[in-house]
Amino acid sequence: MSEERYAIECKGITKSFGSVVANDHVDLKVKRGEILALLGENGSGKTTLMNMLSGIYHPDEGTIFINGKETVINSPTDADALGIGMIHQHFKLVEVHNAMDNIILGGKEKYFNRKELRNKILSISEKFGLEVEPEKKVYDMSVSEKQTLEIMKVLYRGADILILDEPTAVLTPQETQRLFAILRKMRAEGSAIIIITHKLNEVMEISDRVTILRKGKSVNTVVTRESTESRLTELMVGRPVSLSIERAVVKEKKKLLEVYHLSVKRQDGSIALNDVSFDICSGEILGIAGVAGSGQKELCEVLAGLQPVEKGAVLYDKENIIGKTPAEIISLGISMSFVPEDRLGMGLVASMGMTDNMLLKCYRDSKGPFIDRKPAKKLAEELIKKLDIQTPGTETPVRLLSGGNVQKVLLGREIQSVPNVLITAYPVRGLDIHSSYTIYDLLNEQKKKNTAVIFIGEDLDVLLQLADRIMVLCHGEVTGIVNAESTSKETIGWMMSGKKEVESVAGTIH
Amino acid sequence: MREPFIRTVKRAELSPKQTAALRLAALLLALTAGGIFILCLGYNPFAIYGTILSGSFRSGLAIQAVVKIMISLLIASLAVTLAFKMQFWNIGAEGQIIMGAIFSSFFALFCANWPRVVLIPVMVVAGVVGGGLWGLIPAFFKCRYGTNETLFTLMLNYIALYLIAFLRDGPWRDPANPGFAKIATFEKNAQLPKVFGVHIGWIFALVLLAFVWVYLKYTKQGYEISVVGESQATARYSGMNVKKIILRTMFMSGAIAGIAGMAQAAGSDATLASGVAGGVGFTAIIVAWLGNLNPGSIFIISALFSILEKGSSVVQSNFGLSTDCADVLQGIILFFILGCEFFIRYKFVIRGKDGAGA
Amino acid sequence: MIVKFLVAAVLAGTPLLFGTLGEILNERAGHLNLGVEGMMSLGATAGFIVGYKTDNFVLALLAAFAAGAFGALIYAVLTVMLMANQNVSGLTLTIFGIGLSNFIGFYYVGKSAEGTLKLPERITAQMRSVHIPVLSDLPVAGELFFSYNPFVYLGIITAVVLGFYLFRTNAGLNIRAVGENPAAADAAGIHVTKLKYLNIMAGGGICGIGGAYTGMITNGGVWISDCVGGLGWIAVALVIFASWKPVKAVFGSLVFGAFRILKYYVVKDIIPIPDAFFDMLPFLVTALVLVATSMRQSRENNQPAGCGINYFREER
Repeated sequence: MSEERYAIECKGITKSFGSVVANDHVDLKVKRGEILALLGENGSGKTTLMNMLSGIYHPDEGTIFINGKETVINSPTDADALGIGMIHQHFKLVEVHNAMDNIILGGKEKYFNRKELRNKILSISEKFGLEVEPEKKVYDMSVSEKQTLEIMKVLYRGADILILDEPTAVLTPQETQRLFAILRKMRAEGSAIIIITHKLNEVMEISDRVTILRKGKSVNTVVTRESTESRLTELMVGRPVSLSIERAVVKEKKKLLEVYHLSVKRQDGSIALNDVSFDICSGEILGIAGVAGSGQKELCEVLAGLQPVEKGAVLYDKENIIGKTPAEIISLGISMSFVPEDRLGMGLVASMGMTDNMLLKCYRDSKGPFIDRKPAKKLAEELIKKLDIQTPGTETPVRLLSGGNVQKVLLGREIQSVPNVLITAYPVRGLDIHSSYTIYDLLNEQKKKNTAVIFIGEDLDVLLQLADRIMVLCHGEVTGIVNAESTSKETIGWMMSGKKEVESVAGTIH
Repeated sequence: MREPFIRTVKRAELSPKQTAALRLAALLLALTAGGIFILCLGYNPFAIYGTILSGSFRSGLAIQAVVKIMISLLIASLAVTLAFKMQFWNIGAEGQIIMGAIFSSFFALFCANWPRVVLIPVMVVAGVVGGGLWGLIPAFFKCRYGTNETLFTLMLNYIALYLIAFLRDGPWRDPANPGFAKIATFEKNAQLPKVFGVHIGWIFALVLLAFVWVYLKYTKQGYEISVVGESQATARYSGMNVKKIILRTMFMSGAIAGIAGMAQAAGSDATLASGVAGGVGFTAIIVAWLGNLNPGSIFIISALFSILEKGSSVVQSNFGLSTDCADVLQGIILFFILGCEFFIRYKFVIRGKDGAGA
Repeated sequence: MIVKFLVAAVLAGTPLLFGTLGEILNERAGHLNLGVEGMMSLGATAGFIVGYKTDNFVLALLAAFAAGAFGALIYAVLTVMLMANQNVSGLTLTIFGIGLSNFIGFYYVGKSAEGTLKLPERITAQMRSVHIPVLSDLPVAGELFFSYNPFVYLGIITAVVLGFYLFRTNAGLNIRAVGENPAAADAAGIHVTKLKYLNIMAGGGICGIGGAYTGMITNGGVWISDCVGGLGWIAVALVIFASWKPVKAVFGSLVFGAFRILKYYVVKDIIPIPDAFFDMLPFLVTALVLVATSMRQSRENNQPAGCGINYFREER
């Protein structure tokens, strides 16, 4: 088989950022008519590697062969000329331009014949089953439309080597199926496809072979058919792991927070939440599922007092907290700790050390106009010990810490305030499996202490194992609140795409 | 296809000591570049630089002149420091200086018969209010509608400037001077008293220096300013009233600038002239930035700039070169320092040289 | 009277038009360049001195363009390559540009025998109104449309060309994408750095020509220090007024030009408004426009989203 020509062949690729080595002598090969899954935990260097193939980064060492020829990819233009197209996790679209302008962006022609262009777009649409409205502005598009547009961009340029970076993270299970159908068509046309993901079931479903990265090194490549999910996990983490989370049992529960008919509009006037009602008890973990942007962020922010409300009520221990400022909510003795999804943008001050970050919520407690840093420093030192946070010191800016440690700093601080309600949004995003499980343990511990925990997650497997009940949001509406122990992933998937609970159980599809 | 000749990569950040060394090197390079510029004009750079230094220190009077220049520059730099710490682009110190001067001049002109112990403090308060209100306007619109503060404060500068022209040509015009529109000279009673030969504005400056330093570093409000500057979302999340903080800080920023205007009018000029700010508000931005928003460094840099300013007037009389060379040199120095900041976080890698490690 | 007023407004608006067009190019490339005043000052001096020395209008224009572009190059090196703060870099460019401009002017004044600098005859003649046969002789229309100096026509042509470039060509699409979302442009294979340099420098050059107008025409061919006199700042404001569109800038600079000369046309005995108010007017109106645009919050007529943020490809 050594004579076989590969579409892409990477040998010994190394890349470091400052003192962090993101890729350490990585090897990777893809054939035509093949889908390769690139599997690895967060921070294992998947995206970095792909960015080098698309010309965004330059490798420090190593060689890349495209179609058997040694190549240096200096820029996205070079990648383009080689037929490599990348679909980034964060879309690279110009929001105020329409689909057509985005598609032709960076092209070589000086002018465009709009009519010809439209025809070409439509013919590609037909061939691969994509739906793109050429005149629609990007800011009017849904996430899945934007992704389709990204794929169209790549196809328009005639790419036959496709790289997709976590394409399914923002899609419902049904949209994912549509994407996979497109990918299979492209494979049949002879394209080479690399798909980056950390979702094992998707790896098993779509890929022909899997290359596994761990801590920046390529540890193995296996044929998907000959492997299993648990084998892949073992390769990814480096040791056997039990993939189950123990559900803590709490006997006494009392209703702590009740939400009635909550409606929220975003700043641009669109509806974020529409008539949402639910409740949560002490000693319970309520999971919230939904495609990204279904209103999770706004819900969290309403509860934390950050988001104005159109109508509705949030009763905490029978008292309505709508209209109160975050400071008032805190001072009422309602201790709601909110771990926001954007850790460094919202929960922590990136350029400050741990001490000053500990101060964020308690600096008002001391009397007088001056700030007292001593207790905060003590708290920081305690947390470092208790949660095993890796940092050079309490004054090192937190932006220099790794993702897992940043999450521990944030969660640690929130838990330290002995909350009655703990709201966490995507607390394990960007963390490796080991750190993720530490976080799950921390949340279970809180549950046992009779805290009401709201857990907004993206991994349905985790939600099903960790939460007691799961509320599903779709376009800002509750499509169901189900018992986690007696629900299947498929049911939740259907609810995420907007089918109401009853209908999906009954199996009626409109 | 080959690797590009030069590319930029992030490096492990420099230590404070290395950073200081880098800035010093940039300053030396800037002086060298300035020297080459002087050389091109056919003068000896050492003679010019020497004259700038000796001109500033040649007599007690010269030193007093340097201090006088420094008073409003230092105060204004401290003023913008507060706003910049909050990442609020207050380019409007110029206008806030003017409004402070206008408000305090009102009392100087029309209440000159008040006892001095009352009048001077009232003028200080008037300066605070005038500058503060002028700072509050852009803050209000920023909070309410998200109006771009850079451009808005800029416009307010010119509105304030023409306000003086209006007062000078109309209501406040000195009747004793029928041929030439100007505002009357303040009576002795309304001028700032002198200590060690310089009006007491220098004491204001030192008090404000200490105040801003303590305020930013050791108070809750100072802490709030840093958090808001770093991330408004984080500030809101932790229960801070971001709008209140922005309004409060911009009032203070404007108020301090207003004191600079008051000191300039009642101390140095003894009248309200249209050049009361005279670009100090803009230079202050550069001083604050060069000083890395650190009051101690700001003190040193405003001293350096004042020496440059005073010295270049001596250069004008000795060599016939315009005082504008102070601006040119300031510009060159800042170009280099701005440029050097890059190397604290990044480095260039040249083709063929290995970029690994850092 | 009205024709005279409009003609005067066009003339007063022309240097603003160049400054605005230059800044539009900068901001479309994602760079809020507060150095317009400085770049215009550099252009003013360079244009004037070269005109004074060579007595050649075209050379003077080229020099003004080159000087403005040189100022912009300093700014571009700082903000594009070295990723320095755009606000501070622009302000420094302004202080540096005004300082250098006045400094050089002073230097030449000091060297001249008369103690003033006045442009020679030939170049002054070249800058007089262009007489177009037939058209210029038309009643009213002739004066209103065909009685101007070459700068005016150059300005309008520049605006139309820039409008075509930005909104009708692929290169324009590319630069607009760079200003909106440099990461997207980069991923699409656009050479972001190169385009930024080119547009910032071209913008600076156009500002420089506007400066030359203030140096060579406004004061009747006599060199005066600080001849740009704050027009650069009005131009920064006008960019907002024109909602980042070159053709709208023509209209905007006509309006703002009218503001500048309004005080000479209002009969003071009837309407007792002080001069200072008229001087203030452009800035007041811009402040109001700023507030109004921020209240509207439209997605289309807004500052390019990448403005003020420096782009680093490997940012993580």
